[in-house]
Amino acid sequence: MICPDADLLLEIVDLHARVEDQPILKGVNLTVRAGEIHAVMGRNGSGKSTLSKVLAGHPAYTVTGGSVRYRGADLLDLEPEQRSRIGLFLGFQYPVEIPGVSNLEFLRVSTNARRSELGKEELDTFAFEDVVRERLEVVKMDPAFLERSVNEGFSGGEKKRNEILQMALLEPAVAILDETDSGLDIDALRIVAAGVNQLSTPENATLLITHYQRLLDVIIPDYVHVMAAGRILRTGGKELAFELEERGYDWVDAELASESRSVAEVAG
Amino acid sequence: MSTAPTVGDLVSQPYKYGFVTDIETEKIAKGLSEDVVRLISAKKSEPTFLLDFRLRAYRQWLRMTEPDWAALGHAPIDYQELIYYAAPKQQEKKASLDEVDPKLLETFDKLGIPLSEQKRLSNVAVDAVFDSVSIATTYREKLAEHGVIFCSISEAVKDHPELIASYLGTVVPSNDNFFAALNSAVFSDGSFVFIPKGVECPMELSTYFRINSGDTGQFERTLIVAEEGASVSYLEGCTAPMFDTNQLHAAVVELVALDDASIKYSTVQNWYAGDENGKGGIYNFVTKRGQCRGDRSHISWTQVETGSAITWKYPSCVLQGADSVGEFYSVALTNNRQQADTGTKMIHLGPRSRSTIVSKGISAGQSSNSYRGLVQIGPKAVGAKNYSQCDSMLIGDQAAANTYPYIRSQQPDAAIEHEASTCRISADQLFYLQSRGIGFEAAVSMMVSGFCRDVFNQLPMEFAAEADKLLALKLEGSVG
Repeated sequence: MICPDADLLLEIVDLHARVEDQPILKGVNLTVRAGEIHAVMGRNGSGKSTLSKVLAGHPAYTVTGGSVRYRGADLLDLEPEQRSRIGLFLGFQYPVEIPGVSNLEFLRVSTNARRSELGKEELDTFAFEDVVRERLEVVKMDPAFLERSVNEGFSGGEKKRNEILQMALLEPAVAILDETDSGLDIDALRIVAAGVNQLSTPENATLLITHYQRLLDVIIPDYVHVMAAGRILRTGGKELAFELEERGYDWVDAELASESRSVAEVAG
Repeated sequence: MSTAPTVGDLVSQPYKYGFVTDIETEKIAKGLSEDVVRLISAKKSEPTFLLDFRLRAYRQWLRMTEPDWAALGHAPIDYQELIYYAAPKQQEKKASLDEVDPKLLETFDKLGIPLSEQKRLSNVAVDAVFDSVSIATTYREKLAEHGVIFCSISEAVKDHPELIASYLGTVVPSNDNFFAALNSAVFSDGSFVFIPKGVECPMELSTYFRINSGDTGQFERTLIVAEEGASVSYLEGCTAPMFDTNQLHAAVVELVALDDASIKYSTVQNWYAGDENGKGGIYNFVTKRGQCRGDRSHISWTQVETGSAITWKYPSCVLQGADSVGEFYSVALTNNRQQADTGTKMIHLGPRSRSTIVSKGISAGQSSNSYRGLVQIGPKAVGAKNYSQCDSMLIGDQAAANTYPYIRSQQPDAAIEHEASTCRISADQLFYLQSRGIGFEAAVSMMVSGFCRDVFNQLPMEFAAEADKLLALKLEGSVG
């Protein structure tokens, strides 16, 4: 839902980042307001996943330029755990398994970290079980998964549901979902998408990182951004996704090529 | 974004039990000789059989050499530089706690082991050992009502010499190994537990060992006997002040379980580990062994080893009885320059005897952590079964973990399973937890306690939480 007066949640300005010595992000600009759903599309290697990791604060990525403001404050200055506590959420493409750590206890500690930031009282084991059981409904997850170790032995679909369950518990202001559709069959995709739609409100925003149109059939974006070579090349409405689906990404290459030609001409 | 703390930062947590109690101590001159052995025995007014036991052990020790097969390295120990007996100056053990030196009570208060009537733990009886002597044992009367004897071993020698004479040295013979022989010659105090036939001990029993003197060796001796159908759960805790020099701790623990008896022995060991450069700390050379003498008897060892500069310790079970069960659950955490070589021996003699070994080693800093275990199945142990699981977790890139499993079977139909794994806390796992609002150190500690959960579940409830906290404390500043 686009509402021009809505609160500014995320402002990414000319963001540059590298992993080891490899520059990946080369000037990303993106503004996200409350109530909006954005889709960032692009080929593998275009920098979309890097963008999500940099926003969440992954230590392997170094920001080399630009800025990111979250509700007006400098996001890049914060540790990953602080970013989560103030309402930024990253749904992982490949959630890791953490043997030995109980999923239920992990969810409780995580939820309490967010609640305590919001000035809400922390939930004890019993109170939390009530909350979590209600949220399980959002993703139609079997309560048996609460008793297992975090993501351990979960199928791809179960891992993704566990991610959306975390999102439901943490109630973030900005949720970044990195390739949430990958590895999901059509039924699981519908359940996950329904969960995301249900969690979407006029107060929060969602950033979908995806490669395929099919996710956007079930979660309708307000904006579609096409990323290539570490930048957002084009921005449009949901019809841009259809265009991509139809024409593929070849035109992106053509556009990049013509751009570098014109740069060369100017330089020449 | 600020730089993440490194593994190295996390492990270096100040040792909070490092204080020294200023108390007048009676010490004998340093050095070891037959006269010293006689002097110790005389100070305790021991019967002749015990003096003979000590002297025999001393003579055996003289002919023995320190074991060198463990993956440990340390400067030679000069046994003539140690003091073999130190006791806080107070007369005879007091009948009532009111007469115990308040400084001693205060010391144990500070260690979290209140002994006074008002503050003591409600469901745990405690024997408090300070340097070489036991200073107080709580709940003795209540236990006596059930026929349970729980007192210091010195008192047991006086009050129940026949029990001591028939069990002492029967599980760990005085010539078992170098350190056991040394202990047998000079042991000072420790705990004695006797659970008579058919009695289920009504409360947890616990001994708390405190080394206070800087130049004193501690040689405690514990003996636990559970008669037919009896059961008991026992826990020991240990701390010591911080000194620059190394202190020797060479204990012997013997457990005897008769038919249908069950003994659960838990240890939370937090001796001073030395500083980050490996200066100071306790040398912990301990012989612990339980004998499942009776049919269907059960002995279970649970240990959480976090302290000591050197740990050399293999709590073992001799499974003599038919259908007897031995268990070993261990968490050993080493950091900085600590070295641990620990594990167990499961000796299956009786038919259908079963054993379980679960060992979790965590190495951080530049430490070295080895699991060494023996599973031996004798020719008469028809249908014996063993399951072993040895997992190692590495924190940082300078620590070492080793597993040395030895299996000897003379019984073709025995079932022996061994699983081993090594893992490292990965940056991606940490990032995942952090990105859910869980701070770096909390994330590490969550993963470490998750790794140890199978073992912590075996600890008495009151101590499981304690062990969890202790591990978190030990790892503070160590991951990155």
